[in-house]
Amino acid sequence: MKIIVAIKQVPERDAQVRIDAAGKWIEEADLQFALNESDAYALEEALQLKEKHGGEAIVVSAGPERVGTTIREALAKGADRAIQIVCDDLGARDALGVARLLAAAIRPENPDLILTGLQSEDLGLGQTGVIVAELLGLPHATLILHVEKTETGVTVKRELEEGWFQTIELPTPAVLTIQSGGNKLRYATLMGIKRAKTKEVRRVTAADLGVDSTSVVVLERVALPQKQKSTQILAGTAKESAAALVEKLKFEAGVL
Amino acid sequence: MNGILVVVEERAGHIARISWEAVAAGQRLAAQLGLPVSAAVLGSQTEALAAEIATIQLDNIVRIEHPLLARYTADGFTLALQQLIEIERPTHLVLPHTYQVRDYAPALAARFGQVLIGDVVSIGDGPVFKRQLLQGRLNGTYRHTGSSPCFISVQAGAFRADGLQTSSNQATTAITILTPAIEATQIRTKPSQPFRGSSQTVDLGSAQRIVSVGRGIKDAENIPLVQELATALGAELAASRPICDNGWLPLERQVGSSGQTVAPKLYLAIGISGAIQHLVGMKGSQCVVAINKDPDAPIFEIADYGIVGDLFEVVPALIAAVKAAKQ
Repeated sequence: MKIIVAIKQVPERDAQVRIDAAGKWIEEADLQFALNESDAYALEEALQLKEKHGGEAIVVSAGPERVGTTIREALAKGADRAIQIVCDDLGARDALGVARLLAAAIRPENPDLILTGLQSEDLGLGQTGVIVAELLGLPHATLILHVEKTETGVTVKRELEEGWFQTIELPTPAVLTIQSGGNKLRYATLMGIKRAKTKEVRRVTAADLGVDSTSVVVLERVALPQKQKSTQILAGTAKESAAALVEKLKFEAGVL
Repeated sequence: MNGILVVVEERAGHIARISWEAVAAGQRLAAQLGLPVSAAVLGSQTEALAAEIATIQLDNIVRIEHPLLARYTADGFTLALQQLIEIERPTHLVLPHTYQVRDYAPALAARFGQVLIGDVVSIGDGPVFKRQLLQGRLNGTYRHTGSSPCFISVQAGAFRADGLQTSSNQATTAITILTPAIEATQIRTKPSQPFRGSSQTVDLGSAQRIVSVGRGIKDAENIPLVQELATALGAELAASRPICDNGWLPLERQVGSSGQTVAPKLYLAIGISGAIQHLVGMKGSQCVVAINKDPDAPIFEIADYGIVGDLFEVVPALIAAVKAAKQ
């Protein structure tokens, strides 16, 4: 099985959010970046399928130079090689624009399966995998927790709302967007980190792929959300604030 | 048509609540742009659903009917709606942001060279569309600059369905039937009937008090700390998704869009940042308390009381305070 995993590097979950001078995104200068969580589950699923059925797991990621560290992390966990789409204007491209980059890089590989996380933690669009499938003319399934190889394709377990699930049979090649929690994530071993240094990372640009930066949807500005409720923040030491909270819950809210 | 088209979804034989909200969003957009609103229903039998939606003030209702639409597939729904759009040429398509819409609408929009603006929480003059970024820590304002149609999907609870304009004379609302051209071979996926996960033995939905734990708890071995608080408060223990993903608590204790929806008198969120997927499962709670070390965590936006601090200091102090108050 030849499996492509499309991954994204995103700001660390606990990163301090400060809006940039143009008011269009956040200040990235002193941010820490990490592998998007559901993409980590997509990578894990790909590695387990490869270990079971043989083949190759190839990661592809678009973004500026810094994305290289996340690609190395994926290679250290066990991916065989990588394609890095070097692109400094990723944020200016809409979901279709990003999917065009990925589809153009994936197409010549002719994979059996393309996996990606169900959505990114920064933009949260949850569209990339579905659009890649559309652009490549492949069937897809979203919110997948488990993948089983069959004679003609794959059978997948899909999460629905409120604790419901369904299975879906798809012919391969196909695109699956992976939900978190289906597998236990592995850590990179020391040996893996060492090996990753010698693995192939092929670098391509948007121009190499023949993809322009036309967008039909524009993020015009960003702002901090306004509070929906007026929260009473109980200050003081842990002991003081805990005592104040019990007091409030008992006499003000009447829920104790 | 050349107006706004709302695609409504069915749930257990009726128009789902979030679809009524999508109609409300469509009417909001229509008022701003001076355009008519129509609605479309898809399925193998749509007469009852069309009658249900006809109670609302609409220009036109389209029943997209085909035996191959009996069960949802991305291929079937994309093909059917593609044909409707090509015939009716709507300026805007408004959809409910459900798991189903997330599964096909990005592909449908791409087929027209457009991009879905998904999970919209409000519509401003322009129109511009607001959606959340960075797990709710930031709002983004989006504008569609492409050609028609503009595709948007609206977040559950973001638009109020109780303000819908009802039809003065529903007998006159035009209802048309479209039979799309779909071949069985064009449906590439084979879905099963939905099934329930593990048998649910914990009913968080009827709990009066819930202590819910998130990523901030750091390790499985710290779970007993919050369990002790739950016991002291006489509360059920619940969790956000990452805790159940890690197997630290069973899935049946998960609150949020993929878990249970709860509305207790007291919801105590410990080390939970408050991503939208979690908030939709608990925002009906009467009193929300958040304990988090990050003062910017979105959970504080919907909390009545907040303590900004290290949960490993605050929770033991709270256990002591609750026990003391009981004596």
